Amino acid sequence: MEGTILTTKDLFVYYDTKCAVNNVNIEFQKNKITAIMGPSGCGKTTLLRCLNRIHELNPSAKVEGKILLHGEDLLAIDPILVRRKVGMVFQRPNPFPTMSIYDNVISGYKLNGIRLKKSEFDEIVEDSLKKAALWKEVQHDLHKRGTFLSGGQQQRLCIARALAMKPDVLLLDEPTSALDPISTSHIEELLVELKKTVTIIIVTHNLAQAGRISDYTSFMYLGELVEFGATDKVFTNPQNEQTERFLTGKFG
Amino acid sequence: MKDFSIKWRIIKNNIFKISIIGISLISIIPLFLILFFIFQKGIASINLNFFIAGTKPTGEIGGGIANALIGTVILVLIAFAIAVPFGVITGIYLSDNKKSKLASWVRWAVELIQGVPSIVLGLIGYAWLVLPLSKLTGGKISFSALAGGLTLSIMMLPSIIKSTEETLKLIPHSLKESALALGVPYYKTMLFVILPAGLSGIITGILLGVARIAGETAPLLFTAFGNYYMNVNILKPIDSMPLLIFNYATSPYEDLHNIAWGASFVLVSFVLLLNIFARLVVKRWKVQF
Repeated sequence: MEGTILTTKDLFVYYDTKCAVNNVNIEFQKNKITAIMGPSGCGKTTLLRCLNRIHELNPSAKVEGKILLHGEDLLAIDPILVRRKVGMVFQRPNPFPTMSIYDNVISGYKLNGIRLKKSEFDEIVEDSLKKAALWKEVQHDLHKRGTFLSGGQQQRLCIARALAMKPDVLLLDEPTSALDPISTSHIEELLVELKKTVTIIIVTHNLAQAGRISDYTSFMYLGELVEFGATDKVFTNPQNEQTERFLTGKFG
Repeated sequence: MKDFSIKWRIIKNNIFKISIIGISLISIIPLFLILFFIFQKGIASINLNFFIAGTKPTGEIGGGIANALIGTVILVLIAFAIAVPFGVITGIYLSDNKKSKLASWVRWAVELIQGVPSIVLGLIGYAWLVLPLSKLTGGKISFSALAGGLTLSIMMLPSIIKSTEETLKLIPHSLKESALALGVPYYKTMLFVILPAGLSGIITGILLGVARIAGETAPLLFTAFGNYYMNVNILKPIDSMPLLIFNYATSPYEDLHNIAWGASFVLVSFVLLLNIFARLVVKRWKVQF
C-alpha cells in the first residue's frame, strides 16, 4: 500500500508460553493517527511496545515474525537505533526528575553523546516545545525542573522530549489516562497537529478519543487483530461482532 | 455498666500511651548520658594543639592526636575509594535483577558480611593482605594503611549496596523505559538518569557507611596496626582514632587517658555530625517524581 511506514508480518509475542499477540498483520499509514483499542489484556500495549522493541526489557517476552520500518526488519537492527526512529510516550508523565525542562527536551541528544552547538540545541528545544504546544507556557522557565509542571504539561514535555529526536513514528501508550479532561483535550489537539510531521500510533481505552482523533482504528481481542480500517468505517459499520459489542459498551 | 466499661477502656488506652512515651524516653537516656559523659571528660583536652600536635614520648606531658586524625582520614579515604564504586555498581545490579540467581547469591553474601564480627574481618585482612604482602616483599611491607583501608572497605560495602539497591528500587520503572525509548544505551540510562534520581539515598548510605567504619577498632588491630608517629605512606602502619583511644585508654598514664577522652569526643562528634548531615542530604536532595 502506498504510504505505509510500519508493517507487522505474522507477528507473535509470547510471555514464557502465554501468547499475548497472536499472528498480527497490520500496516500503519504514514502521517496518520492509528488507534489501537481493545479490552484489558488483549495485547494492545504489548503490540505497541514491540514496535520500538521496549518489550525486550521484559526478559520473558519472545517475538516471532517481522516488523518492517521503511521495509527494513527492525527486529534485526540494533534496538538503540530503532528507538531513535520510533519514539514513545508512556501512560504516566515521566520527565527526568533531575533535569530542567531544557535538559529534558534535549536529553535524547545529551544522553546519546550527540554534541551540537548551543544555538542548535536552543533551536531544537524551541521547535520541539512549540510542536508539543508547551512553548508559550514554559519559555521563561526553561531552566526550572520539569517536575514542577502540571500533569498535562509534564506529558507534553514528554512528547517534546520524544519529538526532539525527530522520530518517524511516535508511539503513545494511553497518554491521557492519567490526565484531567482539559489536559486531555490539549494533547488530542496537539496530536492532530503533529501528524503532519510524524506517524502516530496510540493505544487508548477511551473510545471517544479514538473516534475524535484517529484516522485508522484497529481492534484487538485476545491477542488477535480482529478489525482494522478507517476510523469512521470501524465506528459506524464494524465488520466483526466483537468490535461492535466493544464499541457499544457491552464488554471491555 | 456501659459507662464503666468505656471509662476502663479510656484508662487502658492512656496507660498504654504513657508507657510507650515513657519507655521511649528511658531508652534514649543512655545515649544522652554517654554523650554528656564523653563531652564532660573530653572537652578539657580539646585545644588547637590537640589537633595539630603528634604523640609525645611517654612521660612528657602534652601531645595531640594529629597522627591518628590524619591516619583515620587516610584509612576512610582508601575504604571510600574502594567501597563506593563496588558498592554502588553492585547495588545497581541488584536493583535491576531482582530474580536472577547471581543476585540472590550476592544478597545472601551481603547479609553474611554484615553479620561477620569485625574482629574476624580484621583477621582475614591480616591473613589475606598483611601476611602475603610481607612474604612477597621480604618483610618490607607488613602492616599497612592499605591493608587497613581494604579491610574497612569490606565493612562499608553492605551499607552502600543495600542503600543503593533500596533507593533504586523505589524509582519508577517508567523512568528507565522512557530513557531507553529515546535510544539511550543501558549504561548511560543507569548512570545519568537512574543514579542521579536516587542520589540522596545513595549518599546517605555512603555517609552512614563512613560513620560506621570511622569508629572501628577491631579490623585495624591486625591490619593498620597503629603508629605513634605521623605517617602518610599507605604502605606503612598507620594510626587511627579508635586505635589511639584503645592504646591510650589501656595505658597506665593519666595524661594519656585524658587524650583518649578527647579523641573519643572528637570521634563521637564526627560520627554524630555525619549522621545529621546524612539526614539533611535526604531532606534537601530528595528528588520528586
